[in-house]
Amino acid sequence: MKMETPLQRAWRVRIKPHSVWAKLNLVAKRIWQDRVSYLMAAPYVLAFVTFILLPVLGAIGLSFTFYNMIETPRYVGLMNYIYLFTEDDVFMTHVLPNTFTFAVIVGPGGYLLAFLLAWVIAQLPRRIRTVFSLALYTPSMAAAVAMSTIWLVLFSGDRVGYLNSFLLGLGVITEPINWLHSTQWLMPVMIIVTLWSSMGVGFLAMLAGILNVDPQLYEAGKIDGVKNRMQEIYYITIPSVKPQMLFGAVMAIVNTLQAGAIGVTLSGQNPTPNYAGQLILNHIDDFAFQRFEMGYAAAISVVLLIIVYISSKLAWALFGPKEGE
Amino acid sequence: MRRLLRMDLTQLVFTAVLSFLAAFMLLPIVFIFMQAFKPLSELFLYPPRFYVMNPTLDNFSQLLMSVDASVVPAVRYLFNSVFTSVVTVAVVVVVSTMVAYALSKHNFIGKSTILNMTIMALMFAPQAVIIPRYIIVQRLGIIDTYFAHVLPLVAAPVSVFLFKQFVDQVPDDLLAAARIDGASEWHILFRLIYPICRPALSTIALLTFQSAWNTMEPSIYYIENEAMRTLPFFLGTLTSGLANNVAGQGAAAAAGLLMFLPNLIFFLVMQNRVIQTMAYSGIK
Repeated sequence: MKMETPLQRAWRVRIKPHSVWAKLNLVAKRIWQDRVSYLMAAPYVLAFVTFILLPVLGAIGLSFTFYNMIETPRYVGLMNYIYLFTEDDVFMTHVLPNTFTFAVIVGPGGYLLAFLLAWVIAQLPRRIRTVFSLALYTPSMAAAVAMSTIWLVLFSGDRVGYLNSFLLGLGVITEPINWLHSTQWLMPVMIIVTLWSSMGVGFLAMLAGILNVDPQLYEAGKIDGVKNRMQEIYYITIPSVKPQMLFGAVMAIVNTLQAGAIGVTLSGQNPTPNYAGQLILNHIDDFAFQRFEMGYAAAISVVLLIIVYISSKLAWALFGPKEGE
Repeated sequence: MRRLLRMDLTQLVFTAVLSFLAAFMLLPIVFIFMQAFKPLSELFLYPPRFYVMNPTLDNFSQLLMSVDASVVPAVRYLFNSVFTSVVTVAVVVVVSTMVAYALSKHNFIGKSTILNMTIMALMFAPQAVIIPRYIIVQRLGIIDTYFAHVLPLVAAPVSVFLFKQFVDQVPDDLLAAARIDGASEWHILFRLIYPICRPALSTIALLTFQSAWNTMEPSIYYIENEAMRTLPFFLGTLTSGLANNVAGQGAAAAAGLLMFLPNLIFFLVMQNRVIQTMAYSGIK
C-alpha cells in the first residue's frame, strides 16, 4: 500500500470542490502526483493508440469512402456495405460460407479439442504429461510459412506426392488427388493443417489451469456425491478453470482469425482455385492489394471485426465472471 | 485396490490414444528434419521415401552460400530476422512490464480504460486492419527501415495481460516495505518485480520472439527494399511453385527448419516457466 497523502484523502472522502475550476485543479494535481504511473504506461499507450486503436478507427472511417491510394478518399456513405451484401457474389456464395465452415470447425472445434486434450493429459503421471504436452504444443510454434514447405511436398498433387504415393500404395485411391488445387479437398486440408497447429498458448493455459485445481475439491466432490469423471469435469473442473478457459477461448478466436491466410499459402494463389478456400482475410487482401479498392476492403475488415467482436461476447457470456463471482 | 486398478486402466487408455495423436502431430515436424537433410538423389526418389538414408548438409550450404550478385544472400535475411526479433523482444519486454506493473499495483485515472482496452485487444489480429496500419506506417515515414519491423509489434496486449496477471500475485506488503526503505517505483519494478516474476518475464519474451520471428507482415507490406526483408519472407519466395521444383524442396525445407528451430529451442529451455505463468492467465 502506498502511504496516503492528504490529497489522496481528499479525493477518497470526496470533499466537494467549490467550483469546476477547483475540481479540474484537483484532477490535475492527482495526475501530477501519479506521474510515474503515467510515464510507465506512456510507451505502451502510445503504441497501442498508433498501431491498434487508430487502425481500427481508420478502418471504420475508410469503410464509408471510395479510396484507391492515389486520390483522396471520397465519402460514399453506406455504398460499400450495400455492395458487399447485395452484389458481391463471391462474398456471399463463397467467402462467407467458407469462413463460417472454417471458423466453426477450427474455432469452437479446435477449442473443445484443446480442452479435452488438456484434461486427458492432466490425468497422467507427471513425466508422461510433459512429453505429451510438448508433442502437442510443438506444431503451434512452427510458422505457417515454415510448414508450407512441408505441406506442399506432402500434399503434392501428382503421384510423387508423399500422401498420394502412400494412399496409392495402400490402394485407397486409384488416381492421385490434387489436394491443394481441388475445390473439394482444399478446405479439408486447410482445416486439418490449422487444427494441427492450434494447440498453442490457450491449450497451455487450460492445461496449467486444470493442473492447478485444488485436489481437495475433488475429494469434497466425492463426498458430495460426484459419481463419475463426467460429473467431475462438469461440476468441479470447468468451474475451477473458467478464467483460463476464457483466456483459451480468446486465443482460439484470434488464432482462427490469423489462420485465415492459409488457403492462399497452400494453394499459392489469391483467389484460391474456384474460391474453394477463400476466407474473409483473403477477400480483404484481394481487394486491397490487387484491386486497390481500399475503401471497399476496409468495409470487409469492419464486417470481420464485428464477427470477431460477437464471438468474443459469446465467449464472455459462456466463461466470463458472473455477478457475485 | 479396485479403484486403483480402474485408474490405471483409464490412464493406460489415455496414454495409448495420446501416443497415437502425438505421433500424428510430430510427423510433419520429423518430416521437415528428414527433408532438410536429404541429398538430391533422395528428393528425386520414386516412390518417395519419408525418412532420409544418407543425411547431408548440402541443402543448408546451397541455401546459405548462394551469393548471386543480383539477389540478396540468404544470410542477409537471416541477419535481419535475428536483429529485428532481438530488438523487438527487448523493447516489448520493457514496455509491457512497465505498463503491466503500473496497471497491477498503481491507482491512477484512466487505469481501468487501459486495462479494459487491453483485454479487448487480446484478440486483435493486425491482418484484419492491414490497410489503415499500412497508411499509418507510411505516414510515420518508417517504410523500408528497421523501425517498420519493430514498432508495429510494440503494442503487445497478450504480453501486458500475462505479466499483469503475474504481478497481481506479488504481495502489496512487500512493495510497501520497499517503499519505506526509500525505493523508487523504477527501482521496485526492475529490482524487485523482475526477479520475482522471472517466469512471466521469460514467457512474454518467448511469445514475443515467436511472433516477431514468424511474422511476415512488415516484410510484405512495409518493406520494399529486398535487403531489408526477413527470413519468413525469403522462405515464402522459396516455396512459391515448389510442388513442381523438386531441387528447391531441400533448400526450402532447410530454410523452414532454420525458421522453426529457434522457436523450439527457446521453448524447451523455458517450458517450465511458461507453464507456471499460464496458470495465472485466467481472465477474471
